[in-house]
Amino acid sequence: MRKEYYRKAKVPVRKKGFVSNLGDKLHAYLDIHAHAFFSSLGRLVRAPFSSIMTIAVMSIAIALSAGFYLFVANIQQLTDSFEDSNHMSVFLKEQVSDQAGAKLAETLRSYGNIKDTKLISRSQALTEFREYSGFGAAIDALDKNPLPAVIQVMPSSESMTQQQLEQLRHTLSQLPEVDQVQLDLEWVKRLQSMLALAERGVTLLSTIFGIGVLFITGNTIRLELHNRREEVIIAKLVGATDRFISRPFLYTGFWLGLLSGITAWLIVTMMMMVLQTPVDELSKLYDGLFNVLYLGFIEVMALFGISTLLGVSGAWLVLVYQLRQLNPE
Amino acid sequence: MLKFDHVCKRYPEAGDVLTDVTFHLKPGEFAFLTGHSGAGKSTLLKLIALMERCNRGNVLLDGQNLNKAKNRHIPYIRRKLGLIFQDFKLLNDRTVFDNVALPLVIAGHGHQEISRRVRASLDKVGLLGKEKKYPLTLSGGEQQRVGIARAVVNKPPLILADEPTGNLDPELSAEIMKLFEDFQQVGVTILIATHDIPLVKKMGHRVLKLDHGRLVAS
Repeated sequence: MRKEYYRKAKVPVRKKGFVSNLGDKLHAYLDIHAHAFFSSLGRLVRAPFSSIMTIAVMSIAIALSAGFYLFVANIQQLTDSFEDSNHMSVFLKEQVSDQAGAKLAETLRSYGNIKDTKLISRSQALTEFREYSGFGAAIDALDKNPLPAVIQVMPSSESMTQQQLEQLRHTLSQLPEVDQVQLDLEWVKRLQSMLALAERGVTLLSTIFGIGVLFITGNTIRLELHNRREEVIIAKLVGATDRFISRPFLYTGFWLGLLSGITAWLIVTMMMMVLQTPVDELSKLYDGLFNVLYLGFIEVMALFGISTLLGVSGAWLVLVYQLRQLNPE
Repeated sequence: MLKFDHVCKRYPEAGDVLTDVTFHLKPGEFAFLTGHSGAGKSTLLKLIALMERCNRGNVLLDGQNLNKAKNRHIPYIRRKLGLIFQDFKLLNDRTVFDNVALPLVIAGHGHQEISRRVRASLDKVGLLGKEKKYPLTLSGGEQQRVGIARAVVNKPPLILADEPTGNLDPELSAEIMKLFEDFQQVGVTILIATHDIPLVKKMGHRVLKLDHGRLVAS
């Protein structure tokens, strides 16, 4: 009976073919992964306080980066729409009649490099001014309409260079009916260079916060490793490889990263929802030029991916260093 | 099976712990390792389990020179050993089943294989039916038998035990030793470090005696 103990098991193992044996091994390998995958999540759930603390800190760091990124993207949208409407205002001389103005607008529309024109007559200008400026009373005090007629000119190509635009402006200003042409996008250019700076800022900030997240995960894993020291040592004594021991900890890093990413996304989305109403109202005043941009699908996936990667990497960095030092005595 | 060839081990702080130790254990042999506290018994076992490496000489396990083993090979060498400790070294937050299954899980065996082998192993040590218990709910003797079940579940050719009966009364100690003899009968090599001289004498197996790091009897 006792002799059988050592022999019993060998027989069925030998009977098995190579393929079914390989299948068993593969199955066992997947089992180990699945076990590490769920048990690491279980551990986080069983220590809710410390898990929530860690995830909160990580997600705030991630949300700050993502929020700043989204802020810049929103402002960018603003300048994009200005760039799209690269239009010029052609102010007509006072003596030019509405009919002559309309005719000129018609003529300009046939130019190759002009897509569209729109005439704002003197009376229309006055109405608009009354409506929007808040100086209606002041205008009424004047005995005649001081506003000139304007033709708004939309250049045909949005990708016209600054030089080409300048040239068009020059041509238009030479026309006899034209008083002056304004191509006032100087402030857009300034805003754009500020945004380029802000973009650089986002990159820097994200890098710093990313490193922060790496360290937070690393530290959490280090503590976890310390708490489970006994278990690690016993596993080493019965022949566990570092890879086997690392696996559940790497999955802990995975969960921390992923859950922080999801939380960060929720934080950013909620922030944008809070801003939605006031921004919409502001946008209405500017002809609905501006929409609140949320993170798109790809951006959200990237956010989850990066935060998960940071979680796993943080865990890995600590494990590589600490497991070598954690040896049975 | 196990060969020590002029082995020396020195710790920077404690000096020579083992000096010129030479012996050979044949497959299926049963030997006790005795000596006073600090004679170097634990150090000798640690050299076999690669928890330490010797400064001079060679340790050969199953023909493999352990001095030349790379660090990444250590886990695979340890799988050839069944290690048993005085303090059992069980995972107290895992069931008896999970404790015994650990070496098989690590070695990557399938579910059914694990279940079958764990049961067989627990049956062997007389603990079948206690799979779902936690170690701390068991008596000291039972805990040590869980430790033994874990050590043999992977069918290692060599079992090393460091004071396995140190925490047990004489009657339980005799039972545990009887278990080791059973394993020897099926061809397993056994090396047990102990200072329980009466028990050693009663059992009448080969004795390796260490005195201040030197092997004085083999």
